Amino acid sequence: MTKATAKSPWVVHVNCNSCNGCDIEFLACLTPMYDAERFGVVHIGSPKHADIMVVTGSVNHRNARVLRNLYEQMPGPKVVVAMGICPATGGIFADCYNVLGGVDKVIPVDVYVPGCPPRPEAMLDGILEGAAILAQKQQNTPTVKPVMKLKIVKPAPAPAPAEAPAAAGATGEQAVAK
Amino acid sequence: MSTIVPFGPQHPVLPEPIQLRLALDDERIVSVLPVVGYVHRGLEKLAEQKDFVQDSYLVERVCGICSFMHSMSYCMGIEEMMEITVPERANYLRVVWAELHRIHSHLLALGLLADAFGFENLFMQLWRTRERIMDAMEYTTGGRVMLNACCIGGVRRDINDEQKAFVLNQLKEAEAELKRLIPVMTDDYSVKKRLVGIGILDKAAAYAAGAVGPTARGSGHAMDHRTTGYIAYKNLDFEPVVETSCDSYARTLVRCREVYQSIDLVRQALDKMPDTEIKVAYKGKPCGEVAIRCEQPRGEVLYYLKGNGTDHLDRMRVRTPTFANIPALMTMLNGSQLADVGMIVLSVDPCISCTER
Ligand code: SF4
Repeated sequence: MTKATAKSPWVVHVNCNSCNGCDIEFLACLTPMYDAERFGVVHIGSPKHADIMVVTGSVNHRNARVLRNLYEQMPGPKVVVAMGICPATGGIFADCYNVLGGVDKVIPVDVYVPGCPPRPEAMLDGILEGAAILAQKQQNTPTVKPVMKLKIVKPAPAPAPAEAPAAAGATGEQAVAK
Repeated sequence: MSTIVPFGPQHPVLPEPIQLRLALDDERIVSVLPVVGYVHRGLEKLAEQKDFVQDSYLVERVCGICSFMHSMSYCMGIEEMMEITVPERANYLRVVWAELHRIHSHLLALGLLADAFGFENLFMQLWRTRERIMDAMEYTTGGRVMLNACCIGGVRRDINDEQKAFVLNQLKEAEAELKRLIPVMTDDYSVKKRLVGIGILDKAAAYAAGAVGPTARGSGHAMDHRTTGYIAYKNLDFEPVVETSCDSYARTLVRCREVYQSIDLVRQALDKMPDTEIKVAYKGKPCGEVAIRCEQPRGEVLYYLKGNGTDHLDRMRVRTPTFANIPALMTMLNGSQLADVGMIVLSVDPCISCTER
């Protein structure tokens, strides 16, 4: 499980307060020239299916709640990759009245990719770094024990042909009860 | 009693956060309320804090898709205010980069539309072709998205013969690829099923709603601000692209044909470029008021600038094309089906980040 997820992380893209420069470069990562899919990266629409969240842009008063919501909807363990200088510090917009600052004010960030916008190669690097962190986080997460164990009951050697169906039924019930 | 369905701000077909509150009667939309503010940064106020030279880099971040055109409009405004005459070659270079931006923006929009109706292969192929244009921009200016090539008084970089040959070659290759791809977008049976007759905006409604750009041209208005001949457009030969079927398909066709038109314009501009300086020095500080308009990929942008003779502007105001197209979008959505909302929204090619700045 651990190995499989790290080799094919599913990525959700969240546009917070970005100027689109980073968004289109992230989308360019997915298309044939850069082709993130060769590393198993799958772009997915819903945060509920995602392992890695890619955030572009800083947070403002309005989208902070949206970002928090989306982050909480992701199943753990999860990784956040901040694309561009906006989600790191606010970037060129840091002094704007409506910008709270980097996304780390709202959610924990694992990887920062600087640049305005970063080159697609750097973005790919960031996502792969995120995948490595994801694998680590999965190792550190205690594996949940399965709640119910099935006990394999060996069928008793049939003593007589007449009793056989009844005996099989009894063992079957026993297994379910246990 | 109608049901309210929120569409967005996080939605698979929307690349950007905007919320549309759709009031539904069964599957039919009876009213739309756009909710904005998810991408508002306060860039206009920031432009007053930074000085007027820095602002030309700041306005590129109004929108990353038409970044060069924003800085060009801003610089044209300041030049008009300070009465600077830009050298001819710079005007032609501005046309080259502006039209390259238009090609990449239209390919991006067509690709996203293809992705939204589930034609992922077409999306990938269109974006592969778009990379050729990105390469051309990178080879001539050094940046893929933010070119930072425009400055007050001209442009910062020149195109030499080698770069010119590279750009022309990329355009040739891109055109050959598009000759195979665009027919899929315009003639395919399943694509037509999703676009023809969807999102009707008739000619009078487009005028009443104040639509601009491909949205207005898809409804039969020959409105293209480039025909007024700013920068070097007066010396180039082109006709505005107009379609009259008034639906999503018409707007898509306008974009498809404009890609070819822009390729032609870049060629013309590179060909007719005179050999002069690319930049003039200027003195003084901007003082006065000016309003300037330019044609961007999504329509007409309006910049209003007010200087007071110091380093800092008194006011900068941007009216972006998507802002003008939102009333038109609401007209289209009223009465349409819920399943078509994604198609209609993307056929306008919304750019929320520049709407909210
Ligand atoms: S980092 Fe630069 S390109 Fe990216 S969203 Fe911010 S301003 Fe735009």
